[in-house]
Formats: sequence, structure tokens, C-alpha cells
Amino acid sequence: MAIESVNDFVVRFANVNGSGSASANALFARAVMRMGVPIATRNIFPSNIQGLPTWFEVRVCEQGWLGARGGTDFMVAMNPQTWDKDVASIEYGGYLFYDCSRPIPASKFREDLTVIGVPLTEICNREYQDSRQRQLMKNIMGLGALSAVLDMDNEVIRTLLAEQFKGKQKLIDANHHALAIGRDWALANLQCPIGLRVKTANGVGDRIYVEGNAAASLGAVYGGATVCAWYPLTPSTSLAEGFTSYCKRLRGEPDTGKNKYAIVQCEDELASIGVVIGAGWNGARAFTATSGPGISLMQEFLGLAYFAEIPAVLFNVQRGGPSTGMPTRTQQSDILACAYASHGDTKHVLLFPRDPGEAFEFGALAFDLADRLQTPVFVMLDLEIGMNSHLTKPFEWDDSRKLDRGKVMTAADLDSGRDFGRYLDVDGDGIPFRTYPGTHPSRGSFFTRGTTRDAYARYTEEGGPYVENMQRLIRKFETAKHYVPLPVLDKAAEPARFGVLHYGSTGAPMDEAIDMLRKQGIHLDVLRVRGFPFSREVDEFIAAHERVFVVEQNRDAQLRTLLMTENGASPDRLVSVLHYDGSPVTARFIARAIADLVAKMSPAKEGALS
Amino acid sequence: MTYLPKPKFRHPAIEKNAIGLSHRDYEGTISTLCAGCGHDSISSAIMHACFELDLPPHRIAKLSGIGCSSKTPTYFLGNSHGFNSVHGRMPSVLTGANLANRDLIYLGVSGDGDSASIGFGQFAHSIRRGVNMVYIVANNGVYGLTKGQFSATSDKGAKLKKGAVNTDDPIDLVTMAIHLGATFVGRSFSGDKKQLVPLIKAAIDHKGPAFIDCISPCVAFNNHEGSTKSFDYVREHNEAINALDFISERAPITADYEPGQAQQVKLHDGTSILLRKINADYDVHDRVAAINYLMSHDVAGEIPTGLVYLEDDPGDMHDRLNTVDRPLNELGDADLVPGSAALSKINAGLR
Repeated sequence: MAIESVNDFVVRFANVNGSGSASANALFARAVMRMGVPIATRNIFPSNIQGLPTWFEVRVCEQGWLGARGGTDFMVAMNPQTWDKDVASIEYGGYLFYDCSRPIPASKFREDLTVIGVPLTEICNREYQDSRQRQLMKNIMGLGALSAVLDMDNEVIRTLLAEQFKGKQKLIDANHHALAIGRDWALANLQCPIGLRVKTANGVGDRIYVEGNAAASLGAVYGGATVCAWYPLTPSTSLAEGFTSYCKRLRGEPDTGKNKYAIVQCEDELASIGVVIGAGWNGARAFTATSGPGISLMQEFLGLAYFAEIPAVLFNVQRGGPSTGMPTRTQQSDILACAYASHGDTKHVLLFPRDPGEAFEFGALAFDLADRLQTPVFVMLDLEIGMNSHLTKPFEWDDSRKLDRGKVMTAADLDSGRDFGRYLDVDGDGIPFRTYPGTHPSRGSFFTRGTTRDAYARYTEEGGPYVENMQRLIRKFETAKHYVPLPVLDKAAEPARFGVLHYGSTGAPMDEAIDMLRKQGIHLDVLRVRGFPFSREVDEFIAAHERVFVVEQNRDAQLRTLLMTENGASPDRLVSVLHYDGSPVTARFIARAIADLVAKMSPAKEGALS
Repeated sequence: MTYLPKPKFRHPAIEKNAIGLSHRDYEGTISTLCAGCGHDSISSAIMHACFELDLPPHRIAKLSGIGCSSKTPTYFLGNSHGFNSVHGRMPSVLTGANLANRDLIYLGVSGDGDSASIGFGQFAHSIRRGVNMVYIVANNGVYGLTKGQFSATSDKGAKLKKGAVNTDDPIDLVTMAIHLGATFVGRSFSGDKKQLVPLIKAAIDHKGPAFIDCISPCVAFNNHEGSTKSFDYVREHNEAINALDFISERAPITADYEPGQAQQVKLHDGTSILLRKINADYDVHDRVAAINYLMSHDVAGEIPTGLVYLEDDPGDMHDRLNTVDRPLNELGDADLVPGSAALSKINAGLR
């Protein structure tokens, strides 16, 4: 039986890296979105520039689930290299779309599949002479055929093409022509539509479709960042590039044409964080974008920034580790490396955005927190959020909001006779005042160092002042609990014995998993953690449930370790659900794992567990 | 506790400069380096240079890495902000500080271990990036704080106090700096204040990466027979290529020199330096010749000192980045936050 579904299926494009398919694939996704049907898209790509296989997955889902579902209903198989695996991966009764210009032996197909062959190369070679044009137009032609079999609104695609090539009428006409050829061929030669269809709906609303890295970089612009120091590293590179292009657009000085920002591509990650710390020390808002290997390199400097109390923002777009690991795959495996970065006793503030919307929000907020708390702040993105476009709520900004520069003494403050001790806790919140270099001719200067010192920044190796300072840093970290974003609680409709705790990109599949479990009669309270240090609400949530499933995308249950170490949560209560093969965790995986665990914890077997 | 404040008493007739400050206003805390350390002479030269240039100390930021040399910023310019960062990483921290506020004077103090070994990469890249700074390496050819190991600037064949002989080739930071694009490069000797003070003054006035390699004997670990960085050895092999007088623009060139022996070099703020050529054929503006000269004299076992290379009006990192004239750390919300209207437009483009 062929799968039948309207507005709820997964299309996967199997391509060769560098073949120019990305733009046509994205066009397909945006066309579905323009038809009012929510989409969730993912790039699956190798650490390679040209030649290796890549996939682009579009989940069409009117219900609005944005996580990866798992499985493929409709495969657009354009890569002979991965044909066998691609065909094998299609769900039972699914569809296979391919270029039938060259015959493929019957043994290469599956009987349960509906096979849709379009002689794209053949038509293309007939229609175009130039080889590059053949390649590009083949992609658009394929889109035309696809739109016909899926019953999509042709006008929507035509409009998108017109927008894309705005001002270049020749290109618009050429693309419209190619689109029509593909579509017309399919309508004339294939059964259209098939069992899968896209129908105009009203499920997208005012949401936008954007990559997490771009959103985070826009957050940095709105957060007042003026200095960006970085070193190219997948999957963080597009964050620095995003900052560059948004700054060009938004941060020029109209009269002079000069830049209200400075972006330095450094020689390595050590220099990147060094530049950030130097700029932060001198009163500018500065950040770097990096990933796990970069975080490893920055360790020494992060200890300095913690101990000398210098604001710094790091966007860590996490990838598969350890070592070079899986450079183009996603994980949440730098939690501990960031929370405790550097030697000696350290603790760092972490923010966990769930999607591009929060990447923007936390991207801006991080700079206020860094200045307020005078310490490094990590925005913990991952490849799943950073390098994929997601549907997300529109970016918002309250124009009455002011940048919070934290406790900075001005020349007037110093002249008024206020006592200035760089590491003096005057307010009891552990946060001292600082001065920017160059503020006052004779007051407020101090020496910044990574060695121990007293409250007035004077070098000392005595134990008393050292311990006092380390205790103050703990007080400051307590204060941070009131500044990091609060966790989001989603209570079950019925009283729940069990809770689920998760963070970051697990959010989208978690929403769906909870719904799937509810339909099975498993009701769970859900807490999404958005910042570290953990606030009181997290303790209360754990205390209120018999068991809490902690869902993470790493092997070692790193956030669970933090919950136990920092908040004294009992290991018995925290049950790990872990997914770390480099693909984004799916709702199906979460729901199955939790259902299994719940079954084991059913009242009949409870005695055995406790 | 090694923090030792100096007594505040000042003689009423103490000499003052044009902004009413005395030499005492340019001091820091009492040095904790070994008695007779060359580094203290460099600190003293920095204080003199700043006093003579009438610089307000708080408009100078002093940054360093780790090591004996990097401890010195505590001992001069007590009213300046200082930053003793991590080993070999002063250049990146200074670069960031400079990006944040282009209006301050940035003084980077480093050592041969700090700049030629662990920090060789950052030394190189801060220079090629054109950071406007004065980068002074107090070069003693030895690790002092860890008690006397060879550094990367130790000459091949040089002997340690305990007799070990260096078998590795040395790194010459002066040649490197010229090669990497430093636009003001000098070498001096901590025992030659007459040469060092005007060199530092000119370097401060230079807009661009100014590098000074200052040989600074380590009295504890590298001042013995067989060392090539000892007071005796350097005095014996010092080959001054020119002598500098730092002068204000209106000061006339005095007639004390033979024609062709004196060269007035203008600096970007209108001041100038008067170069008295000791080697008449040496052209301070010729980059290739400078490297040739250094290498040939190195073969001859001589240590050329003085202003080795100078490029007039080279511009700096901020010019290359086209940053606004106002310091970035002074830009306020109106400059930095584009607001909700701009955001609506961005949203519209993402649907």
C-alpha cells in the first residue's frame, strides 16, 4: 500500500556536494512554507567541498512539529553513489523520484515503492547547450516535476523565483521556463498527484525561516557587540560571517562610511579569545564564535577571564567530539568543557537556546550578562540549530530596552570620593566595580592579572585574601542565577509522577515526543533548562518528581552531572536518555526510550527498582 | 607580599614637565626583580620617555605576558591601567584593547621566552595586522623566573651558567619584525639609556606597529663569561648604526653634524626625530637593505643597534578595518542597536 498523506510527510533529497542543488531544494522548502504548511529542514553534509554525498531533508508537517521525525517517505534520489542506501531507507510504501535518463536495473528498486522516473538529463540536454546551465536548470526542472506530483501551487514557486532573481528579468524568465518544462512533462506523463500532497493551509503564521547562526549573529548586533574575533571552524563559521553581513547592513556610520564595529579573523582560537578579552577589558562588547576544538584551545584564557573578571561572550556551535570528532554532525557534548573551562576552580555561565528565535534573544542577552557579571558567557548552540534553517517566531526588540553595561565607575564617580577596589564586593552580590582604562588621571587605575591579589587588585600570595576572593566569586555565581533565563515549565494535564528535563535543540523533538507519549497514556511534566547556573525552579522540579528523565545529545550525560554536582540532585532520581550518533535526536527516539523506561518503572516492578 | 608602595614624599623643587607632572608621577611600585637587572633600566627608560613626552599616564595602557619582563609594568606608570595576561598572549590582548579604544597609547612589554617561543605566533600576527603599539621585548636570552634555561633568542654556541651549550639557531626578532611588516623597528641595549629613551619616544609617536628589541642582561643567569647577552659582551659587540634625538618640530637641526650625517625624520603628529648617522651609508627607510645589514653583521658577530627601519605614515589596523574615529567603547545604544524597525525588515525577508 502506498503511503497516503496530506501535509504530513518527509521528503529527502540525495545529492552530490557542489552540484548546485541546494538552492532548488531550499526553494522547494520555502514553497511549502509559503503555502502555509510548516516545514522542518535539515542539511546532512560531509566534511568536504565537492563530490561527496549530501542530503537535504524537508519535513512537511501541518501539525507544526519541527524536530527531525526520522524515516523518509519520498526520496529524491539524485546521487548514484548512495542509491542503494537511499532506496533502502525509504519507509514501506514510500516514493522514489529519480532521473530515468539512464536505465537502472530492476533489482535496484523495491517492490513496495512507487517509482517516479523523470528523464531530467535527457530533457535538459535537449533544451540547453551550456553545461553549467544544464546542471542548474536540471535542478529547477526537477522542482517543477516534483511540484506536479505533490500537487503544489505553481504560482507560489514562480513568485519565489521572481523574488530570488529580482531585477534580473532574463534569469526569472529562464527559471520560469525550466520550471514549466518539468511540471508540464510530469503532468503529461505521470500520475499526478500521488498519495502525498501539499495543500494550502494556515499553519505558518508570521513565523520566519532562518539559520541559528545567522540569528545569533544578529543577536550580537542588537546586543551591542563591536568587536568580533574569530577563527574559521565548522559549524561556527557562518556565525562570524553572519555578523559581518549584518554589520555591513546595520552598523555603518552614514556621514563617514566608516564602521561601528571591528571584525578580526585571527591566526587561531587562542588569539581570538585573547582579542575578545583585551576588548572586554577595555570596555567594548566583544565575542568569538567557535566549536569544541576551539573551546579546548581557549582554556587558559578562559581561566584568566574568570579570575580577572573580564566580560567575554562565546558562541559555541557544538559538533560531534571528542577531538576532530564529527565536524559536520551535531551534539551537545561541550557542556562540562564549558561549564568548568580552564584549570583550577572555575564555573562559567551557560545559555541554552532552543532555536534561532532564542539564539537571537540569548545572543543579545549574553552581552548584558557578560558586562553585568564581568565574566565569560557561553551561548551553547549546536550544529542542528546553527547550520539549519528553522521556522521560528519573528525577531522582536523592545526599543525602550537599554544595554546593561554593569558596574562601571566613571571619572565623576571617582571624583566623588567613592572607594574603588577592583575586587571589592560593595553590594554583597559578589560583583565588584570596574573602571575602563583611561578614565581618570589619578584615580581608578588598577593592574589586571591572573595571579592572586587583594580586593584592591594588589598582588598577594596570602591565603586569606585568596580564599576571600574565591568565595566572592562563588557569591557572584549565585547572583548569576537571577540573571540567566528561567527554565520553561510545561505541566502535564494530569498529575505526573515523572518529569522530563532537557535543553537546547532537543526542544523541538521533545514537544512532539511528549504528545506521542500522552497519546500512549504517559503524562509527563517537562522542564526546559535555559541557563546555567541552575535556578531554584530546577531544584523544585526535580524534587517534585519520582523520576526525572534527562534527555541529552551526548554520551556521558553531562547536564545530569552538572545537576548532581552543582545542585546536589540525587543520582537515583535522574534517569538519562541519551542520543549521540551525530544526527539530531528525533521524537520517535525520545518517545520510545521514555516509554520503555516508564514500563520498567511501572508500579508492579517498582519494588525491584527502589 | 611583594607589593611595595613607594613613600609619597616629594621635594617641592622637583622637576616638572609641561603637564605639571614630576618623574615620580610616572613611577610604579618598587621593583621586585634582581638588583642590577637590565629590565629595571628599561622601565626607567619608559618612565623617562613618557615624562619627556608630557604624556598623561592614564592615557597609556600597558600590557604584558608572563615572565620577568612581563612583571615590569607594575614598576612603572602606576596611574596607567595594566594587564599582566597569560604567557605569550600579550599581543592578542593588546590587539583587542586597541580595537576597543583607538585613542589610548598601547605599550606591550614582553620577553624573549614570551615572544620568541610560546608567543611567536602572536608576536608575528599582531605585527602583520598593523596594530598601533609599542612592542618592547626585554631580551636576555634566558628564562629567568624558572632559573636559567635557554630561550629561543640564545645564540648558537652560547653557554649557560652551569656550562650547557646552546645547539639551536637563534631567532632574531628584529629581522622577523621587519619581515613581518613592522613599520618602526629598533634595537637597543638596556645599558644605553641615551639611545633607548629617544628610541622609545619615537616609537610611541609612531602610528603603527613599533617594535624594539632591547638586549637586557640577566644578572642572575646570563651575565657570565661565554654568554652572548652579558653586559660585557654586548658592550664589546654593540655596533650603533645611528643615534637619535627626539625633537619638536620647530627645533632647528643643529650644525654639529657633517652634511649628510644628520637626517630629520618627521613623525605623524608633527614632531620629528633627528637621526645622527654613524654609518653614513645606512638608509633607515630601506627595508631590504636593513635585513641585509642585520644578517651580514650577525655573521660578523656584531650587534647593530639604533633605529633599524622606519616607514613614514604607514597607517594602522583601524585604518585597514575602516573603524569609526570615536573609540568603539564609547559608542552608545543609539549607535549600536538598530531597533525594532530594522528588525521588522529583516523578518520580512525571512518569510
